[in-house]
This record gives sequence, structure tokens and C-alpha cells, in this order.
Amino acid sequence: MALLFLPALARMAVCGGTHGNELSGVYVVQEMERQRKEKGEGVWPIPVTTVLSNPRAVKECRRYIDTDMNRCFSRDTLSSPITDSSPYEVRRAQELNNLVGLKGSTDAIDLICDLHNTTSNMGLTLILCTSSDWVTLHICKYLQTKITKVPVRVLVLDFPISDAYSLESVSKHGFTLEVGPQPHGVVRADIYIIMKEAVDLTIDWIHKFNSGTVFEGGDVEAYMLIKSVDYPRDPETRTLTAAIHPQLQDKDFCLLKRGDPLFLSFSGETVNYEEEETLHPFFINEAAYYEKGIAFQLAKKMMLTIPAVRVQKD
Amino acid sequence: MQMDRHSHLWRNAVAMPTVSRVAVCGGTHGNELAGVYLVRERLKRRADGTEPVSVVTVMSNPRAVQLCVRYVETDLNRCFTRATLSAPVSETSPYEMIRSQELNALLGPKGSAQAVDLLCDLHNTTANTGLCLITYSDCDWICLHICKHLQREMASTPVRYVHFDIPLNEAYSLDSVGKHGFAMEIGPQPHSVVRSVIFSAMQEGVQLMMDWICQFNSGTLFEGGWVDVYTMVKNIDYPRDSETHVITAAVHPNLQDRDFCLLHPGDPMFLSFSGETLRYKGKEALYPFFINEGAYYEKGIALSLARKRRVEIPSVRSETLR
Repeated sequence: MALLFLPALARMAVCGGTHGNELSGVYVVQEMERQRKEKGEGVWPIPVTTVLSNPRAVKECRRYIDTDMNRCFSRDTLSSPITDSSPYEVRRAQELNNLVGLKGSTDAIDLICDLHNTTSNMGLTLILCTSSDWVTLHICKYLQTKITKVPVRVLVLDFPISDAYSLESVSKHGFTLEVGPQPHGVVRADIYIIMKEAVDLTIDWIHKFNSGTVFEGGDVEAYMLIKSVDYPRDPETRTLTAAIHPQLQDKDFCLLKRGDPLFLSFSGETVNYEEEETLHPFFINEAAYYEKGIAFQLAKKMMLTIPAVRVQKD
Repeated sequence: MQMDRHSHLWRNAVAMPTVSRVAVCGGTHGNELAGVYLVRERLKRRADGTEPVSVVTVMSNPRAVQLCVRYVETDLNRCFTRATLSAPVSETSPYEMIRSQELNALLGPKGSAQAVDLLCDLHNTTANTGLCLITYSDCDWICLHICKHLQREMASTPVRYVHFDIPLNEAYSLDSVGKHGFAMEIGPQPHSVVRSVIFSAMQEGVQLMMDWICQFNSGTLFEGGWVDVYTMVKNIDYPRDSETHVITAAVHPNLQDRDFCLLHPGDPMFLSFSGETLRYKGKEALYPFFINEGAYYEKGIALSLARKRRVEIPSVRSETLR
């Protein structure tokens, strides 16, 4: 593929606490604000807006107050009229849209990096809504080469842009930086360090890109979401009757083949994977997904080819 | 020789009342899920009446379990002091306070002859503690022998005995309601998550406890020996901003997950978010535990520190005449 010229990224936003109990992002934003206070606006080589997305949920150390904020950024929710009975997060999503959006407009910020944690053993996973944004895919490729402490993987949800409902869909380019495993309500130093490094490297890439560096194209391995699988549940009470099997627990992105164990019931029976297609499980035993009816999700591995890119000169 | 030794042990063993009534409690914190699912499983497989000991299985905080939160209004496991148990309650009292008095009526009253003989309260922690029996006494031979039994029989899980030196009146947790009692704490497990191996370890721990009690009640003599007891000395909070009270550091990577590994003066304790290492300033080497427990941030506890000592335990047998 030929060299592609793309506009410079004038400004990025680093958002933490979109889920109030996913603490690495909360403290990365806190630390960045401290650095800005100490060293002034020039502390980073590009303009960065730091955002604490859901301050009330952060204060109470809960995922959300009324409703999951990271589902509130669809066009419909962003344009719905606000009344006294509107959920807190819907109000806040509209505030954020004014701050870093407006979604879909030319005034929207160039890049949102939304910081999340998971109880799943997913290392550093970069979550994209689309497989055709070369900027975010190049950032992923850059992080994969620079970060060696943990596996760095790319997960594509492949939403049609019009249906996207998460925070990072507000800006021109966006991705979620998901690091695990970490219990919700806990901050681990090792996980914090990985997240901070990934944010610093993202800023680094943008600065290099804006300064004229050519980033070579190539292949990026990515996982594409296919479907979700729920826990076995009691038909009346809907409570779980099994936990993730010990052989699957913590094995995010491994190969799941027909006959492999999935669940071990509380009374000792094993439930196996019965499908023909070999897929890759992830978000295995994520705490926040019990209420969404998800024990794990399955992905197909694929190769994305990206062109070389360089900043457009004015 | 065998006979002589046996009679000698028998005569010198401490005779104790049978453990006839046992309570197994889960969901005291609604988001500590291994205990929740173990209680549900036990309630499903109702007693078939063949167990030689009467067991009552209780979901301690059903509202918190329903919402999958630690507590609804106040921490249930701090509501069992004499003061709280005897305070007047009304409809406006916190839910957990009302519930603690209900549990005290069901399983106690605390300190009376009607209380259950043994109360086992099931908990999980985000800290890497393995299995701990946490109790208020370092000379409760029943609890210490049960600990020894679990240590002997559980091959892949470290089992430890943790002691909080608090008099019974001020003892604030559910396990203090029984004549004997302990929290069976297993970690690491994130709150609101159930991990299969943690569930299995808890199930095994409870089963081994029941096996010991049945053998004890049937007249088995358990030989004495010794148990390492970790006695809590103090708690250490996170470094915090003096104005906002927000934490400014996380537990240091060298200390994270090292529960019960000796911490020496000068060892790293915290790593600030801006990269500085803060070290343990105490004079005495102590054993850290509950390192980075999620529920303790709001209580101002980053980790607890304990002294370890070896406690001799006598041989024990039940008082039933043979």
C-alpha cells in the first residue's frame, strides 16, 4: 500500500474513571493533573485534556451511579432531552460530549484514550470500535513493539459507527486501553505502571507523527468479537450454577477447541465447549459482566494490513 | 507400650464439651461470592439427617447479596459488639444493625449457653492470603486443632491462624457470636467474582472442619503439638494527600501479593503514582497480611502487620464418657 497522508492530531483526551471502581485510570488522570500543576501546560509535547469521566461514581468507588456511563454515548442518548429524572450518567455523558465532542462534528477532539481495568487476565488490550482507522491501528502497532512486560493485543468490536455507544466514539479517533487482571476497587502498582506507560507512549506516537515521522505499514494481528457466552443459570432464580472452569480461568486469548472445559458447576459437573469453530475467549470472568449475562466473549483472530502513514503538511 | 502411651495421652488430654451445634454463614459481605455460592449449594442439598452434628446454614446479609455489594448501609461484620447488639432498634435503624440482632437471636445470644457451639463465617479477600482462620483467641483449642487439621489435609492451599487480641465484648464480627468461632477467609479473589479454585478450597475447608468436628464428637483423641499463630499488631494506611485525603501511592510491587512474608525495617512498602518508593519505618520486623484488600481503602488500611509465635496446643478429646 502507498504512503497515506493524514491530518495532524491537534489535541488528545485521556479519560479515567469512566467506571468509578476501575482505579488505574483514576490515578493516572490524578497523576497527570498533578504533573500539569507542577510543570505547566508544556509538560507533554502535545496538548492533552485530562478528564475524570464519572466523578460521582469515582467518589463512591462504584462502576456507575444510575446506569453504565460507557453505554451513554449513542447519538440517541446524547441528543435525548434532560429532565429531573434523567440518570446521572446520561447528564454527564452530554456534558462530556460538549467538552470533548461534539460527536461527529469537526470540533470534536482528535483522539480519546479511555482507561479501563478488568478482573480478567487480559494483559494490555487495545479495544477499537472499527478495523479501518489507521491512526488507532498505528498506535496499537507502536505499543505492541514498545511494551514487552505484558502481552499487548488488539480487539476490534466492529460496530457500525452510527451505533457506537462508548466514550471513545465521541472523538475523531478513539480507543479503550484495558488492563487486567485487577480487582475492581483496588489499585495495583504493576497494573498502574503498565497503563501509565501505554498513555505516555500514545502521547509519544502522536508527537512523532505530528513532527513528520513516517510510520511503516504492515500487518497487525487483531481479534474480532464474534459473540458472548453466559453462565449456566438456575431457570427460576437466574443465579449462577457454575463458575468458569479452572482450565479456562485466566486463559484469555488462548485457543478454545471443541471438547475443552468451560464451566465447573458448584456440584462438581463439567460443561464443555461444544461448537465446531475454534475461537479465542476473552473477558473471562469479568466481574461487571455477570449482570450483563456474559461469562466470557469469543473472538476470531485475523490479520489487518495497514498502510504507511505520515502527517499531512499544511 | 502402645496401650500405655494411649492411656497416658487419654488421661492428659483436655476434655472439652462436644461441638453439637454448628453454624456455617456466607454472604456476610454480599460481594464475597465463594461463601454466597457455598451457602446456596448447602441449602440446596438439604441435610439428609445423617450428619452426627446439627448444622445451620445461613445467608447472613441477603439484601447485600441480592445487590452484590459489601453492605447496604453499614458493614454487617462490625455490628456484633455487645453495644451494637443491645442497642434499641427502630425501622430507621441501619439494615445491617437490625440484621445483626436477628442473627444474634438465631445463632446466639453471644456469650450465653444457648449460642451455637461453633460459628464458621465465610469470607473472601482481594489479598493473597491463602486460607486463614481468623479469631479472637490464641488459646481456643477447638479452633487451633481445626486449623492443624486443615493444614495437614489441604495439600495445595496454605492455611494460617490469625488472631485479633480483642476482648469478647468489643469483638465486632459475626464469628464472635458462637461459643467457638472463626472467619474462614480465602484469597485472592476479586469482589463480585467467583473463582472455581477458591470455591473448591472453601468447600474443602468447610468439609474438613465438619469431618474434624464429627470425629471429635465421636470420641477421637487429637494429639497436641504446636501451631504458628499470627497476632495482629497494627494497621498501616496508604500515604494520602493532606487536604483531599486521596491516596497518593499504591502498595509497592515488592510487597504486593507477599502476605505473611516477613517485612523488615527499610523494605519498600509503597510506590507513589509519581514513582517514589516509600519504605517501612517501623523498628520491628513483622508479618504483613490483608495487603491491598479492596474493602479496606475506606477503612484507612493498606495492610495489617502481625507478630508470629509458636503456640503449644494440648491433646483434646470430647467430654463424652467412653
